[in-house]
Amino acid sequence: MELDPVALSRAQFALTIMFHYLFPPLSIGLGLQLVLLEGLYLWTKERDWERAARFFTRLFAVNFAVGVATGIVMEFEFGTNWATYSRFVGDVFGSALAAEGIFAFFLESGFLAILVFGWDRVTPPVHFLATILVFLGSCFSAVWIVVANSWQQTPAGFHVVGEGESARARITDFWAMVLNPSSADRLTHTLLGALILGAFFVMSVCAWWLLRREHESLAKRAFGVALITGALTSIAMFLSGHSNAQMVATHQPAKLAAFEGHFHSEEGGTALYLVGYPDEARGEVVGGVAIPAMLSVLVYGDPDRPVRALDTFPEEDRPPVVVPFAAYHLMIGLGTYFLVLTLWGLWLRWRGTLWTNRRVLWLFVVSVIGPYVANQAGWVAAEVGRQPWVVYGLLRTRDAVSPTIVGDQVLGSTILFSLVYIGLGAIWVFVMNEKIQHGPDAPEAHPAAIEAEAL
Amino acid sequence: MTLPLEVFWYLLLGVLITVYAVLDGFDLGVGTLHLFARGDLERRFSINSIGPLWDGNEVWLVTFGGALFAAFPEAYASILSAFYFPFYLLLFFLIGRAVSIEFRSKRKERWWRAYWDFSFCAASTLTTFLFGLLAGNLIVGLPIDEREVIHAPLVSLFTPYPVAVGVLAVAGAAMHGAIYLYLKTEGEMQARVHGWMWRAFGVFLVAWVGVTIATLVLAPHVTRNFARWPIAWVIVGLHVLAVANIPRAIHQARPFYAFVSSCCTIAALCFLFGIAMFPYFAFASSDPTRGIDVWEAASSQRTLGIMQIVALLGMPLVASYTGIVYWIFRGKVRLGENSY
Repeated sequence: MELDPVALSRAQFALTIMFHYLFPPLSIGLGLQLVLLEGLYLWTKERDWERAARFFTRLFAVNFAVGVATGIVMEFEFGTNWATYSRFVGDVFGSALAAEGIFAFFLESGFLAILVFGWDRVTPPVHFLATILVFLGSCFSAVWIVVANSWQQTPAGFHVVGEGESARARITDFWAMVLNPSSADRLTHTLLGALILGAFFVMSVCAWWLLRREHESLAKRAFGVALITGALTSIAMFLSGHSNAQMVATHQPAKLAAFEGHFHSEEGGTALYLVGYPDEARGEVVGGVAIPAMLSVLVYGDPDRPVRALDTFPEEDRPPVVVPFAAYHLMIGLGTYFLVLTLWGLWLRWRGTLWTNRRVLWLFVVSVIGPYVANQAGWVAAEVGRQPWVVYGLLRTRDAVSPTIVGDQVLGSTILFSLVYIGLGAIWVFVMNEKIQHGPDAPEAHPAAIEAEAL
Repeated sequence: MTLPLEVFWYLLLGVLITVYAVLDGFDLGVGTLHLFARGDLERRFSINSIGPLWDGNEVWLVTFGGALFAAFPEAYASILSAFYFPFYLLLFFLIGRAVSIEFRSKRKERWWRAYWDFSFCAASTLTTFLFGLLAGNLIVGLPIDEREVIHAPLVSLFTPYPVAVGVLAVAGAAMHGAIYLYLKTEGEMQARVHGWMWRAFGVFLVAWVGVTIATLVLAPHVTRNFARWPIAWVIVGLHVLAVANIPRAIHQARPFYAFVSSCCTIAALCFLFGIAMFPYFAFASSDPTRGIDVWEAASSQRTLGIMQIVALLGMPLVASYTGIVYWIFRGKVRLGENSY
């Protein structure tokens, strides 16, 4: 059997980036929570805040280490598996990666050392500064990576020289490249997704302690902060999601049509499917529940204006439908859930019944899975929806792989990575769980904190 | 005279990889020596000596990768796709090392710690070896076709010369790591590390002399640039002095000078590699006057120019973060509640 290096390379890329993408969103989201917890400690001098900050820093460190380790894979995979792509986009994509290295990675990793190991080596304000810089560093990483990815979705500020295999994109306008039509929307969306995950993560851990009646005063405080950030970011996410959908409609209409399972052109307004199964062979959504004309209202604010359907694109330019449709709808469903759950949590908190409501606390314990799934689903929808292009309208995925690689090489490395990642994932869960069960250190464990209070 | 942007970026990549080799060199070396440490406490000292630093050190490699992609995408694409399996193994070892450090001290069971100790040592050693193997192959040359595509099956990479360079890399890192560990430890452990320094230096010296002779015999084209720019011989001289100064400083019980000398030794090796290769990233094995060179591999002038601004703005920041972190974590290793 002839192994197809393109399909295998795509599978490998999906595997390695989806696994990698379990970790950076938590680094960003938990980074904000650390800044808030430590800031509250400096402001109020209450020991609980410091204990919470120290505890979540340990989880942050484990998560960060796995994130970095799996991130290096991504950087080199472009060269090993996607050499033609790398040659084509090097001029553009490379400068974003280099900026990420110089402006983000050093900031993150340098100050991470102070964040994790420097509690007793620097003064609290300096430590707080290190925490802020680590958080900013992880955000800058997101900026450059999302800019590079957005350029692939909506290329701008370049021209192409050469043809076929020797075609190269050349930058003509750096800022037009960076601020391409989708950068800002996609960056906001990605960062909000990460911040929601950070908030849900802290709420999950704290709810678990509350259920077990451990570390209660600390858990209530940290939960409260995370609940407010979770609610605010979920509200913001709705606005961002709407803005993104409009941007996709303008710049990648085939992708939007795939998201919505919109197969055939029709007169008048386009319906919005809430659920359903898009049957690509028959070109219709089976068992769908739809709101008539709603998609037109959302995209154009006009119930009579039709949205472009898949049949207006040449067949070879149409993305697959089932996967983007499912991922997109899952993401929106989860986004709605985050908003409802956090607002409900705030209401219970205001009424004073949240801490004793065991069912709701359980719901918060398990809900951390939601943002993980939603972040992954968002990535799947964005990337599969871009197919068959790797650089939208310019370079097809099947033309982007390395000319020298063969199927069994890719299969071999994919199997190797699957095994490593299964082990890595299991260990990550195991170590995080150990730390969560162990909980924060007892207040007496920190003479420095006691001194600070005595002052 | 203005420096062509291609040359600026070749130099900057050289700086990035040199700083990487000097900094990650000692923590890889500590990994190679890790299993010689006796008992759990010594092994914790070994890991914690590099605890806050190894991650930042590795960022120099990540940035080198990003900058190579950005400045010379042809070289990046050709070399990485040609070294497909070695690069995947490298990634595998880098991941293995990172998680070994992170997970080792998380549980007390003997089998758990023994496993991660072994994995930390093996991954560190093999990472260093692969870097050397790669450098050796770039020096002797690779089969490069007209489209800049390298055709090199896996077994062809393991010829004696590149393997010898790999051994040199491991020995150099072990020597560098032993001196670093000597600076960071005290008492009984430090006394034993003293012995490691001598033995690692001995192995390094043998490998260094051997590889130097082999290079002149098997890859005479590397001397071409030294004839062109005789000033480069100054570095050769300083390199020899640095190597000679290591045993002298150890003997005089001045470990900091020994460490500075081993830093200079590694930096000089990187520099000599760079000058020998310029303007190529890889020589063609069929004809060492050809290869993947900076002029053909480079991005457009505009990209190189933009990135030059990025680099000139960013590098002072990077140097200051690195300095701050090394300053904060100076002194002997102390185990505390935040240690591994």
